[in-house]
Amino acid sequence: MKDFLLIFRSEYKEVPQRTEEEAKAITKKWMDWVGGIAAQNKLTDRGNRLFNTGKVLKSGNVVTNGPYTEIKESIGGYTMIKVGSYEEAIEVAKGCPILSVGGNVEIREVSPM
Amino acid sequence: MQNADICCDCHRSTIIGQRDFTMQQQELIPHLFRTEFTKITSVLCKLFGIEHIEIAEDIAGETFLTALETWTYKGIPENPVAWLYTVAKNKAKNYFQRNAVFTQKIAKQLLQAENENPEIDIDLSEKNITDSQLQMLFALCHPSIPAEAQIGLSLRILCGFGIDEIANAFLTNKETINKRLFRAKEKLRTEHVKIEFPDITEIPKRLETVLTTLYLLFNEGYYSESQDSIVREDLCLEAMRLTYLLAENKQTNLPEVNALLSLMCFHASRFPARKNANGEIILYQDQDETLWDEELITKGMYFLNEASKGNTITKYHIEAGIAFWHTKKSDTKQKWLAILQLYNELLIIEYSPIAALNRTYALSKANSKEEAITEAEKLNLTDNHFYFTLLGELYKSVDNKKAKMNFEKALALAKTKADKQVIQANIDKFEVNG
Amino acid sequence: MNEFILIFRHQDGKAVASPEQMQMWMKQTMDWIATISAKNKFVSGTGLPFDDAKVVHHNNIVTNGPFGDIKETIGGFIIVKADSVEEAVEFAKGSPVLQGEGNTVEVRMIAKRDGVH
Repeated sequence: MKDFLLIFRSEYKEVPQRTEEEAKAITKKWMDWVGGIAAQNKLTDRGNRLFNTGKVLKSGNVVTNGPYTEIKESIGGYTMIKVGSYEEAIEVAKGCPILSVGGNVEIREVSPM
Repeated sequence: MQNADICCDCHRSTIIGQRDFTMQQQELIPHLFRTEFTKITSVLCKLFGIEHIEIAEDIAGETFLTALETWTYKGIPENPVAWLYTVAKNKAKNYFQRNAVFTQKIAKQLLQAENENPEIDIDLSEKNITDSQLQMLFALCHPSIPAEAQIGLSLRILCGFGIDEIANAFLTNKETINKRLFRAKEKLRTEHVKIEFPDITEIPKRLETVLTTLYLLFNEGYYSESQDSIVREDLCLEAMRLTYLLAENKQTNLPEVNALLSLMCFHASRFPARKNANGEIILYQDQDETLWDEELITKGMYFLNEASKGNTITKYHIEAGIAFWHTKKSDTKQKWLAILQLYNELLIIEYSPIAALNRTYALSKANSKEEAITEAEKLNLTDNHFYFTLLGELYKSVDNKKAKMNFEKALALAKTKADKQVIQANIDKFEVNG
Repeated sequence: MNEFILIFRHQDGKAVASPEQMQMWMKQTMDWIATISAKNKFVSGTGLPFDDAKVVHHNNIVTNGPFGDIKETIGGFIIVKADSVEEAVEFAKGSPVLQGEGNTVEVRMIAKRDGVH
């Protein structure tokens, strides 16, 4: 078993104000997906969701607001799973709700620091 | 809080009363043994130190032997508990005098104190009894002791279970239990475990092991394969009594303790409905919910409310939440959506095969059978008969052939008579329906 | 106190480093993390090797990557505790990743656990 990081990316756009019902439905989709990973005993860390705003620091200590001004696809969050191979990780990633809104999931094997 | 006397002796005496004892003292002595043996042992052991746990047990044991002999001839004294305490104190003092080695090594300080105050202070006050039992609980659930041995020791020292009763609960023999307890006591000695409250900053961490033991103790009773239903329910009630001690104590009255207690109350509320006249288990969906204990459900809600004070969310909180929804018998969409989310959370905190299977069942109720079947196939728990039982349930009326096939696989893997009966009943239904 | 993630973005994910270089970067990174830990502000972190990385897209299309699609490749991240994004940026300034020209550290606040995954 190896740890893989799933990074959720989607195009940055102003999020329209969601009704409580819509927000609940989205939460349920994500929770059902992560719960399903956990039910297979493949979850290492549920991970985090990231706020849209942020900063980018470049060499020479240049700080810009970011990241969406520079990179089209912004990271929305990540989850860490434990599976045997990249193939298995891909199977898990295919259920990610971000895919249904045009986003993508980057899969990276983790090398502990 | 006052009326939350889930652990009060009357529960115990009702249960013990069901046993086939004819004479009054034959009922009273086992009852007193359960309640008072543990108190005397804890107080004495705290006084002597954990390395002399056997001496404490012996003195408590001899006290009951004396009671049995004396009471048979002279009848039961007016205040049997006070009588037992006096005899236990005298026996402890005799032990000091008789055993030179013990006197030199351990009782030195005690005897020095005696010079100033000729009475050795064996404090059997209610407060000291409770404190000693709680401190003992922390000592026995020391992280260095294997979980199985922690439960065994707790049953013996804190719940007053006999060796044969423990063996019965664990479905093993007396020798195995004796060996297990002996090794655990050795470990307590070599690790120099102290009978004391952990430092206030240590409590949450140490409490984790204590709660795990109490949780396992309760489960041991709730899901035990032992045929002796009295022992089974007694295990649960003892787990509840000890958890209640923690909730009553200011330092340990923490959200996770209340959550565990709430979980136990919700489950225990179904005791009266879980068995038919032949002592066979009645499954949840077939239970008569009018038999569920309303009072325990109310207590469960009280403790769940206490548990939600603060920001801690433990697996006990989530399991209590699931148990709460199970106190509502009717199958509503809202119920299953809530249960599904709780199982998602529970699995994210801690994986267990049974939670994975229950989540998938909840998924079939909250979302759809098709989705649940897809998810179930991914679980890969092919050595677990519950896995095939679940698949059988899910395929019912979707694909009866597959349903039957899965129940048959489950039957081949099931171990207990009760499980086999339930599975066979499912298979039989298909035969009747063609 | 909030938590922030510092994401290391490398301009060229295909660049090959010698073992000696790797070792030096590793040591520098560990030293840097140690200064954050010393303030009790380090939460967790990990490195992400570039080999075999994959991206799953909409409609389950799988590509190698993320090289090509996105200029910067993520080489790892750490999570720190900080009162403000400015404080987190101060921590980021010490990252050895920034020695590489074109490399960046992205600083993002972590959303509090609110049920949305």
